[in-house]
Amino acid sequence: MTAKELREALALQVLSEPDPDRTVTGGYAGDLLSWVMGRAQSGDAWVTIMTNRNILAVAALADTACVIVAEDSVVEADVTALAVEKGLNLYRSSLTGFDLCCRIGSLLGV
Amino acid sequence: MSEPVKFHFDVEGDNFSSAGEASVNVKKLLRQLSMDPETIRRVSIAMYEGEINMVIHANGGTADVLLYPDRIRIILADTGPGIADVALAMQEGFSTAKDNVRALGFGAGMGLPNMKRYTDRMEIESEVGKGTTVTMDVFLPGKNA
Repeated sequence: MTAKELREALALQVLSEPDPDRTVTGGYAGDLLSWVMGRAQSGDAWVTIMTNRNILAVAALADTACVIVAEDSVVEADVTALAVEKGLNLYRSSLTGFDLCCRIGSLLGV
Repeated sequence: MSEPVKFHFDVEGDNFSSAGEASVNVKKLLRQLSMDPETIRRVSIAMYEGEINMVIHANGGTADVLLYPDRIRIILADTGPGIADVALAMQEGFSTAKDNVRALGFGAGMGLPNMKRYTDRMEIESEVGKGTTVTMDVFLPGKNA
């Protein structure tokens, strides 16, 4: 499924969606950036509550399909702007990380 | 071995806003050179971790990326405090990062282990009070000797 399809299915708020057709192949949840960097797979939907701009470097380098900020964690405007500039899909949801992961897992059939 | 193509970057210390820029630039360059995606991913992750380490612990440093026919070499050099016990620093979860750094999501004690995990060879030369140089090699697919 694509990032856009995932976003629609989960009713996520779009903060940045320059790559809507990116295929989502899995999911990963975590807030410790090095941990995520070492374990997330290319194509994952990454669920986190971290919102500083370093998440974008991690998403770009780990090559995740999108970042989903859980629990309406506040994302500053400069981070959103940087996500657009770097071509990274960045979404937000009021759901908890756990709920998001359950739903993503169900959508992806894992 | 023929003369490698070289890229040089200066990494600014204590600047978490620009941290990772060198790695993201390397990723772009390698993409332009049509390197295979997994090699690009390994190089850029290992380099990012090293870059973050220099930002957190060493007030910055330099990053050099050398492209050989069979491998990509990353050399990260700083004049920071050095690593007193390299074996301890290599353990997953060991970290000397301060709370303000942890609040940003760093300092999980995964930096050096990730660098080792994502490269084929890693050497750390460090002297307390003088600095640290980390040299990493990622072999290109099918070129791993």
